[in-house]
Parts: sequence; C-alpha cells; structure tokens
Amino acid sequence: MTLAALQERIRSAVARKTPLRLRGGGSKDFYGNAPRGELLDTRAYAGIAAYEASELVITARCGTPLAEIERTLEASGQCLPFEPPHFGAATFGGCIAAGLSGPRRASAGALRDFVLGVKLIDGRGELLQFGGQVMKNVAGYDVSRLSAGALGTLGLIAEASLKVLPRPPMELTLRLETDEAGALDAMNRWAGEPLPLSATAWHDGALHVRLSGSDVAVKGAAQRIGGAEVGVTAVFWRALREQTHAFFAGEETLWRLAVPSITPPLALGGRQLIEWGGGLRWIRGDDPQIRDTAKRAGGHATLFRGADKSAGAFAPLTPVVLGLHRRLKDAFDPAGIFNPGRLYPEL
Amino acid sequence: MGEAVSLSRQHEVARALRAFLPQRAVLFDEEDTRPYECDGLTAYRQLPMVVALPETEQQVQRVLITCSKLGVPVVPRGAGTGLSGGALPPGDGVLLSMAKFMRVLRVDARARVAVVQPGVRNAVISEVAAPHGLYYAPDPSSQIACTIGGNVAENSGGVHCLKYGLTLHNVLRLRGFTIEGEPLEVGSEAPDAPGLDLLALAIGSEGMLFVVTEVSVKLLPKPQCARVIMASFDDVDKAGNAVAAVIAAGIIPAGLEMMDRPATRAVEEFVSAGYDLEAAAILLCESDGSAAEVEHEIARMEAVLAAAGAVRLAVSRDEAERLRFWSGRKAAFPAVGRISPDYYCMDGTIPRKRLGEVLNFIAEMEKKYRLRCPNVFHAGDGNLHPLILFDANNAEELERTERFAGEVLEKCVAVGGTITGEHGVGVEKINQMCAQFGSAELELFHAVKRAFDPQGLLNPGKAVPTLARCSEYGRMHVRGGALPHAELPRF
Repeated sequence: MTLAALQERIRSAVARKTPLRLRGGGSKDFYGNAPRGELLDTRAYAGIAAYEASELVITARCGTPLAEIERTLEASGQCLPFEPPHFGAATFGGCIAAGLSGPRRASAGALRDFVLGVKLIDGRGELLQFGGQVMKNVAGYDVSRLSAGALGTLGLIAEASLKVLPRPPMELTLRLETDEAGALDAMNRWAGEPLPLSATAWHDGALHVRLSGSDVAVKGAAQRIGGAEVGVTAVFWRALREQTHAFFAGEETLWRLAVPSITPPLALGGRQLIEWGGGLRWIRGDDPQIRDTAKRAGGHATLFRGADKSAGAFAPLTPVVLGLHRRLKDAFDPAGIFNPGRLYPEL
Repeated sequence: MGEAVSLSRQHEVARALRAFLPQRAVLFDEEDTRPYECDGLTAYRQLPMVVALPETEQQVQRVLITCSKLGVPVVPRGAGTGLSGGALPPGDGVLLSMAKFMRVLRVDARARVAVVQPGVRNAVISEVAAPHGLYYAPDPSSQIACTIGGNVAENSGGVHCLKYGLTLHNVLRLRGFTIEGEPLEVGSEAPDAPGLDLLALAIGSEGMLFVVTEVSVKLLPKPQCARVIMASFDDVDKAGNAVAAVIAAGIIPAGLEMMDRPATRAVEEFVSAGYDLEAAAILLCESDGSAAEVEHEIARMEAVLAAAGAVRLAVSRDEAERLRFWSGRKAAFPAVGRISPDYYCMDGTIPRKRLGEVLNFIAEMEKKYRLRCPNVFHAGDGNLHPLILFDANNAEELERTERFAGEVLEKCVAVGGTITGEHGVGVEKINQMCAQFGSAELELFHAVKRAFDPQGLLNPGKAVPTLARCSEYGRMHVRGGALPHAELPRF
C-alpha cells in the first residue's frame, strides 16, 4: 500500500460522508469507547523507514508490527524506553495512537516523551509532516505529541519517529513483603533518591522493585533496598505489561486510576495492583465511587476493560477544555470522519 | 493609523486597565515602556502601546477579558531573555509582564513536585529544591535570569537535556487563562491526563495559545556525583564523529557539548576555564550518578573518545574543576559578545551524523559572507549555536549576517533537521518556517491557533508565518506543484 492510496481512501470517505475506523492489529479494540465506522486497516502500510543506532531514532510506517520494531532495536542493543504494552499483534501506529506506556513509565517517561515527529494524514486527505528525527525541535506547535494518545481522532499517523535508548546493561528484581501503605511510602521515598529504579509494582502484600543500569549502580541500589532477588526478572514485568498476570484474569471490570504517586491507600472496594511508584492503581470491580475518588485525589480514572462503557471510557473534561478539544478536532478533521466517539462522544 | 488615533487608543486601553489595576501597574509613558521594547534579540525593537503588570490571577484574567473585548493584541513576557523575539511587544497592544508572579507556591519533596508562578526564575526552582536533595533538570544557559514561564513558552533545553529532557519532559501541569479569560488547566500531577495532550501542545507554543499563571514541575533526585571530561581534537570532523561514537557505545552522557577553537579562545580570555586552546575543537562529556557509577562510566567514555582520535583527555578532579570546565561553556555567549560589537546566534538542530558536513558548510559561509562564526553547541542533541560576529551599526553587515544565517538554517532543514532546537521561532526565524513547512502544515498551525484564540490577539505575527508572507519571501514549500486548498483566502 502507498501513502497516496491511504490519502485516497480518506478523501473518498469524506466524499461519501462515511466515518472511518482506523485500526492496526486490533490489539487495543477494547480500549476507549466502542470503535465504529468503516474499517481502514493500516497493516499494509508497513516497514521500518530509517534506523541508525547512533542517532537514537527509529522511523517506521504505521502498519509495522511493534514486535518487529522491538526485535530490530534489540539487535542493536536498544529499546523503546517506555516499554509499551502489545496486548496482541500491535502495530507501531496503533501503539502511538493509543499512547500507552508500560512499567518503566515512572522512571523513563511516557510514550509521548519519546515522539519526535509524525507524518499525519488529516481529515482532508492532506499529508502533513510535523517534528522530525532530531532530539530538539521547537519549530511550530508540537502536533506530533498531540497526535500521540489521540486514538486516531485527529488523523491517521502514517509514519512516526521515536527516540530510542540503549538497553540497560543489567537488570535485577527484588521482592519485599509489605502492606499497601508501607509500599507507597517506600516507593515514594526511593524515587526521591538517586537510585536506578526502573519499575515498581505492589499487589497482595508483595512489592516488586526492578533496578536497571550499570552493574555497579544496580548492585549498590539492591543493597540499599533489600528484599529477596527474584529469579527471572523479565517474565514478571512482561506479565504486568501485557496484563497476563493473574490479577488481570477474569471478566470483572478493570479500572486504571492515575493519581499523584503520594496519594494514600484509596478507600475503594475491589482488588488492587499498584504500579509506577504509586501513580497508577489498577482496580477490579464496579465501585460507583471510583471516578470521584480519583478526581478528589487530583487524578482521573479510565474504564480500561469492561463490558459496559456507558459511563464513558475516559474521565470527563471541563467545559473549557472540551471546547478546545472540539475546535481542535474541527481543525484536523472538519468532516468528523476519524474514529468518531472513540475518545469522547463529542469528538 | 494616524498618531492622534493611536494616542486615543492608548488612553482608552490604559483607562480600561486602570479600572482594576493600580496606576503603577499600567505603563504607557515612553520612559516607562522603553525597557520593554525588546527581549534578548535586540535587533528587533518596538515600543509597546501599554505595559500591564498584574499581580494576581484574577487581574490577569481581567486584563485578558478587557483586551479581548477591545480587540487589543496581548504579548506575554517573562524575563525577556528569549533569543528569537518572542516577547517583542505589539506597537498597538498590551505587553503583559508576568514579572510579579514570583512566588514558589509549594515544594512537595515527597511527591517530587514544585508548584511555582511563571515569573519564578529557573535557577530558583533548583535552589528551593536543594535542601531536599532534589533539583529541576532543564538548565538553559540563561538560567539565573530566565523564568519558568518563558521556559514553558519556548520549551527550553540546556546542557543536560540529552539525558534529562527538555521543559516538555519536566513540566507536569499548567494553569492559565485563554485570551477570552476562560480559566483552564492542562496536564496533571497524576500521570497521563485524559483527552488530547494539550500540555504538549502548550509547551513551546511561544505564548500564542493561552497565558500561563501557574506551573507544576517535576523534581529529580540530585545525582551524588558528577565528573566531566574535556577531550581535545585536532580536527573538527573527528570531534563530530566522536560524538556519534559515544552514543553508539550505548552511553548517554549527562551532557555532551562541543566548542571550536574560535569559541574556546574567546571564552578563555573571559573566564579562564582551562580549555585547550591548541585544539581545533573540544568536547565536554559529563557523567553523573553514584561515585562508583561515574568512575566506571568515565573510564568507558575516555576509551571511546581516545579511540575516536582525541589527542588529549582531562577529567575534572573535583567539583570546583567540573564547574570551571562548564563555566566556559555557559559563558560562551557573553564571551563572544566581548570580541565583537554584535553577534547573531543560530539554533538549528541536525542529525548527529551530519555534524561534520554542516560545520564545513558553516566554514564555507564564513568565507562567502566574509564574517567570522565561532561554534558552540549541544553536540549530543545535534543542536548547533553558531554565532555570527557582526557590527549592527553597519547596515550592510547586518544584511550579510541575516543572509548567512538564513543559508545555515536552510542547510539544517535540508539535512533533515530543524531551524530551531530550543530558542523558538519568534519573529527571528519566521521566514525560515516557510522552508521547513509546507502551506498545508502552516494552515493547520493557524487553525490550531484559532482553536484557542479565534481573534488572533495573543502574540500575533509570531512563530507561524502567513502564507502571504511565505510567498513574498519566495520560499513557499509547495508539494506536488500545487497549493492545497486553493479555495481558501490567503492571509
């Protein structure tokens, strides 16, 4: 498939007033509000366009399998530092459009922090280019990062460039027994010290801490933190990232609460798993207080997986911010054909 | 517009603002407004019609509502240290100085967050965080003077952003008002705020979208120890290749800076940083972390730099020497200011692998335009700061300087880079925007602006050129031989 063919597909949808459902591997069909519209499968527009390890940048077309990107980086000793979840046969474009980050988010930064540039096809079928392949770029508004996490509502991310980093030479995971309050306290305390923390997770009385970096740094920090070393470190964190960990099993609703990391234990019913140094709290169940509780804590709750999304997948916006969302949507997609309603019903 | 009309307009606007601001917070006499006529880019000057100095958020809101109703342009200003003319005042509008917003509102050591007003200076944030073993990472060279509000407007970097990121990566939340006085908050102290990433859009938007009145920043634990290597090279190309070699070895230095000989010589006379003046170029390569970590990484860096052809390596022995090595880099601009009546600082960013090529291009331009151009830059990021030396009193020389700079910036775009890495477009690089972007992108930027500011009153005429301006400049970047949206009016 060519870029011109993608543009043509979009122009034709505009002419026919037919909404499009932009989709890569479909691994995140469950995420956000229900997808609707005529399917535009991006997988045929694939391939790594440029990658040079010494430039710390990879540029690829949207349909490229995320697994292929990671294999290519790994062969050069590099990685996507935000550790994106795959949830199946994810594509590069879908990964960026969803904007989700994995266990390393609290220390390395979010997906959007690594976006350097995009080629975007807007709702007129126009091919637009923002940002680029360099680390620093302040020419024009930062549309590249705006399109990350927009769930395809602003346009089709045809190609993107991400900053990549060297893989840490050494990783080690420690396990400590502690209750929730103790875990929150420890995670926040350690995050304020110069330690090579790369992930934390608390669930059911056990706190897991991953350290990544040079041999000397990791060993020094392991002594400081204590606990018992866990054997196969990669398996545990992959299970968290991909939600194959036992906590995520079953049909119960899954909520994702993002809160300031020092927020004390939340008074909510339902099982809980904490990540990101306390900033991310996964909750199972349908406690009606979830959205209010998150908001009161200065955060927000996303209905991540659930049969009934009538409450809206994402936390409501203030009227002023929603107004800006509507006007931005009009600027990018005046005919409203891209993934209608996926992010908010009004978009 | 006649003089009489603009005077009556000036009084109308000043009177409207004095209805709720104290008299001393609304300036319009020339002797009072003169200090605001330019920012760090002194080649462009304009007296503002009125200067407003609000102290509270409510006053900012009322200034904006008033200006919006009267259709008066508003230009926000921090410390005025910007290098691209982003705070150049509107001759027919209000310069909104945020200088009185100087309070640190909250330092939460446990959450590693500081909440500050936009007029707080960059360096102050690290000072108030220091007792907790924390600091604010972005450190632009102007950090003792520049404000966090200005850093947000420009997405400022600094010498440590290769490892620790730009303003974008270190700001969590902004609060402010639209030009119509509507309060809004973007981002959050919790991760990943819902909806579109308006925080990313706002950072680096050069005060064009809304006015910021409060900023939450991330604080990082201060590394226990840092050491810097000064590596000398007898050839600029070799130094450029050494930069790529360090990164390729899997090392992300805390800072990786390069200066060529004309720059080190200017600096050495000014601050005695101890630079190797025989070297064609020097690299400053820093490692930070625990003492053991730094020792280990410095050894690896030394090996890579030696293999890349460094003729001399000096490692800082203590904190005083480390700061001395950096003092030269941080004082590079004022040092160059001493050897020339004026200098023109560029800010192009290029892929690292094209460093040698672009430096050679700059050397050719020095001959072509008969002007000297020392180079200091953030080598690890590929962010160049060539400094063209000229005399502004000589109009012909200024004109040659601008053509020189224009060619260099367009070269940056041609090799896959950008016209500005951290200083912003402002008024200075507005013509080069026409080389970097096509008309479709520029149209979209205008549409983004209209989404926030339908009347186009906030910092008008900056950062994004009109299509008419680009066609006049003759650099309209037309794809496929046709202008898109031929049906739209061109402004």
